[in-house]
Amino acid sequence: MKYKPRTFVLEVVMVMAAIAFLFPVYALVTLAFKDPGQIANKPLSLPDPPSVGSFGEAWQSASLGSALLNSTLITVSSVLVLIVLGSLAAYFLARTATRLSYTLYILFLVGIILPFQLGMIPLYQMVNDLGLLGTYQGMILFYTGIQLPFTVFLYTGFIRSLPADYTNAALIDGASHLQAFAHVIFPLLRPITGTVLILNAVHIWNDFFTPLLYLGGSGRETVPVRVFAFVNEYTSNYGLVAAGLVLAALPILLLFLVLQRYVIRGFASGLKG
Amino acid sequence: MTVTAQAVRRDAVKAPRRRGGGIAPPWLFAVPALLIYALVVLYPAFSGAGSAFTDWSGVGAQRSFVGLDNFQELFHDDQALGALRNTLLLTVAIVVVQNGIGLLLALGVHTGIKSRMVLRVIFFAPVVVSPVMVSFLWKYVYNPAPDAGLNAALGAIGLGGLRQDWLGNPSIALWSVAFTVIWQCAGYSMVIFLAGLEGVPAELHESAMVDGAGTVARFRHITWPLLAPAVTINLMLSTVGGLTLFTQIIAMTNGGPGYATDTLSTVLYKQAFVFGKFGYSTAVALVLAIFVAAVSFIQIGYLRSRETAA
Repeated sequence: MKYKPRTFVLEVVMVMAAIAFLFPVYALVTLAFKDPGQIANKPLSLPDPPSVGSFGEAWQSASLGSALLNSTLITVSSVLVLIVLGSLAAYFLARTATRLSYTLYILFLVGIILPFQLGMIPLYQMVNDLGLLGTYQGMILFYTGIQLPFTVFLYTGFIRSLPADYTNAALIDGASHLQAFAHVIFPLLRPITGTVLILNAVHIWNDFFTPLLYLGGSGRETVPVRVFAFVNEYTSNYGLVAAGLVLAALPILLLFLVLQRYVIRGFASGLKG
Repeated sequence: MTVTAQAVRRDAVKAPRRRGGGIAPPWLFAVPALLIYALVVLYPAFSGAGSAFTDWSGVGAQRSFVGLDNFQELFHDDQALGALRNTLLLTVAIVVVQNGIGLLLALGVHTGIKSRMVLRVIFFAPVVVSPVMVSFLWKYVYNPAPDAGLNAALGAIGLGGLRQDWLGNPSIALWSVAFTVIWQCAGYSMVIFLAGLEGVPAELHESAMVDGAGTVARFRHITWPLLAPAVTINLMLSTVGGLTLFTQIIAMTNGGPGYATDTLSTVLYKQAFVFGKFGYSTAVALVLAIFVAAVSFIQIGYLRSRETAA
């Protein structure tokens, strides 16, 4: 495409839009680097001199270190279980043309449009009865169940587009179904596994409501739950709250910047299956 | 073409099964996923739908069948009716504005501008951040003090007259919350539209330009019809997201001022966990579920017909 005067005008408009778009981020980040005096007198100026004292205090007060560990543990475990169980189930659903497999596939699809609020209270009671409130296992079980329909949907669509010959060859060579799946099929699923991983990881890492309900007060709170409690406690200490928000958002933003191509592609393609 | 391909594949899978060779994967592969799905999603959803017709008042409590009482209460409960209204208003605002902005951003970065890759990353970045944190960020931006956040910015550019108590004024608060959601999710709509735009063959535009078609005509007759799948996905996502909006409300306004920003999700949460009215809460959840299902079916049906027509 040629760079014409019209392109330049568009460029200017888009960059201005981005600057306006980033205004809230500017306000928050500068706030985090200011001491209380600067916040009161010069709300929108650059911090001069910048002070980093709020960051250490926020890290401590919000116990962000352990929150990051909790979030990582729950997210990584849930995503691993989802990838294994989701791809196995989808392999059966995609490669079996019986009424049973069709019915099961539709049953999984129902889960995509069923709002979780409907089962929220009975599920809470069940998790309570199972003694899983306040545990990592409870959260991993929850995320596995809630995200399986979507995961199965993505994997099934992808497997249907693969030729069937590969596994047949492996089975004829005497491999078991599980071996054929692990060594032949699963490696072929890499592109969709990437999408499944990204979409589920972002959702689980950022989820708020269920961890608030299940983990509140347990000491195993995830980052969003800790941030919620922290902000509500220090609500009028703007500099401290801003520093806490910046710190809490930083890990996933950095990961996004490193993997931006894959993340954007995953979000853009994920729903087309 | 597709029909034949499917028929061939079906034969390829079925034939070995009939011979007992068992080349189709064993059904055991689906069992672990199915068990967890049934335990975490299906059983609780059915149980929840059932308790919407009871007076269940809490974990472990007795429940007795009360017929449609909960629904009758719902339709005479000003808070619930207000929440229903707010939910619908929020959804319409989010669906229209988020997708409108998302489409404009996608059209803007799907050009020869030099900053297009950087702009994609900037506009998409809020999507990966927790809604709780985005809500708190905007809660500061909406600070009612005249010299903080958005009000300070308005003052600085000479628009001091527009200063507001963004979240404290009941007639504005709902739109302030909607705008936060739009700010966070417009980039999501953008990348889905972008994927659609990248599928539009450049030759179509070139030959239309040769025929003398202007930018608007080319958008209407070439780009827009070919964007149908992206439109379907975006409308579905933003509608369901709007109908089930919860986190942003709890973090920014907790439903206030008064009940001005309560949604079905916040009402059913408060009824259950603040007032212990579990039966009533699941009735609200059932109404919400019916809305989500109805909207999904209407949209899928309508947009599918548009896709095939295009």
